[in-house]
Amino acid sequence: MEFLLEQWPRFVDGAWLTIQLTLGGIVLAFVLAMFFGILGTVQHWLARAVATVYVEVFRGIAALVVMYWFIYALPVATGFQLDDMFAAILALGLNLGAYGAEVVRSSINAVPKAQIEATVSLNMSWPQRMRLVVLPQAWAQMLPTFGNLVVELMKATAVVYLVGLHDLSWVADDLRRLSGETIPVFIVAFALYYLIAQVLIFCVRLLERRANQKLGRTPPSGGGIMGLLRPPAVGTKVGVAK
Amino acid sequence: MPDLLSGLLVTIQATGIGYALALTLGLVIAMVRRVPLFGSIVHFFMEFIRTTPLVIQLVFVFALAPANVSAFTIGVVVLGIHYAAYTAEVYRSGIEGVAKGQWEAARALSLPGTRTWGAIVLPQAIRKVIPALGNYLIAMFKDTPLLFAIGVVELLAVAQQVGSRDFRYVETFTIVGLLFLVVSVPSAILIRRLEKRYVAV
Repeated sequence: MEFLLEQWPRFVDGAWLTIQLTLGGIVLAFVLAMFFGILGTVQHWLARAVATVYVEVFRGIAALVVMYWFIYALPVATGFQLDDMFAAILALGLNLGAYGAEVVRSSINAVPKAQIEATVSLNMSWPQRMRLVVLPQAWAQMLPTFGNLVVELMKATAVVYLVGLHDLSWVADDLRRLSGETIPVFIVAFALYYLIAQVLIFCVRLLERRANQKLGRTPPSGGGIMGLLRPPAVGTKVGVAK
Repeated sequence: MPDLLSGLLVTIQATGIGYALALTLGLVIAMVRRVPLFGSIVHFFMEFIRTTPLVIQLVFVFALAPANVSAFTIGVVVLGIHYAAYTAEVYRSGIEGVAKGQWEAARALSLPGTRTWGAIVLPQAIRKVIPALGNYLIAMFKDTPLLFAIGVVELLAVAQQVGSRDFRYVETFTIVGLLFLVVSVPSAILIRRLEKRYVAV
């Protein structure tokens, strides 16, 4: 127990690295998901082909393999050495971005056809249609699934343990080796992961609630920590047509 | 290349056995969850497994396990339990999708529990969730490189060895990536077929 108290700063450092990787990965994955997801809904066959190739390739290869490729193969192939941290974020972002792109694509496709026809009859340009009609609705639809992906990404960051970055998993294993106290050390590590996951889920729930409020819908209620967020009162409608 | 193929074989074995474990255990968990108090305790554990990374679970169990248990066994068991937490949710959604009237009908006929589950609920529940379960097979296949962390010599570990021996990282890691695609892309296509067949009824 004393040991744990002494080593507390190392847990914090490890958790901080995990959080940094997670946030970096989320940002990259989000950008990629949006870009390739929207690309996947464009009429032109080439755009869709590019999106499909990206999705299939990075969904098919383990993030860890991609990470190894960036760290070991890329310097040999090109003579260009990526920072380990950057390589890790790149691999994680590419991987989860591929899943995200599918979510974006299917959410956009789920927007009712009549809405698209309406934008055509209003003579809206493609960017206008996307920005004003399609994306706000698709956004509300994709958020719950994004929530799962965000937690997946956070968990996936633990693989950097294998390339020697000192994240939470690495710190836990190192402290285990130093102290021999496996169970307490890992309980702390598991609890920290759990905590980070809950915070992430909470944030996504906030976004979900906002998106649904804007559309004048009631978000699905959630139990646990999410239950703290009460759904908006019935009948509150803000802006945009249903 | 032959080395890499033997590594791939280990990867596939681990995936196969782990998946069988995840499927059976997941089903048991999904059924147990319907038991009031016990169910919530199990649910909490599942939630915990699902929100913490597989790598650290592997390292944890490996550190605690007795020395005579092989890393492969530990890896497969942890992989199986980890994914059971996911498949349990899939089964649950399938079970909840079975119409209430079916349960009532089973009770009206005073069928025993085993028949209710075996002949009425599960056949309907599982049919609908086959594609979702299939997706976890691919996800699991992609997670087997993590067994590397506890010293299982699977595909990635072999690649690492070959790469450092001959200093041919580009070729080996590129081949590993391609091998992954060779297995997972056809599986994904297969799952899409299943989806058309079972879900869009």
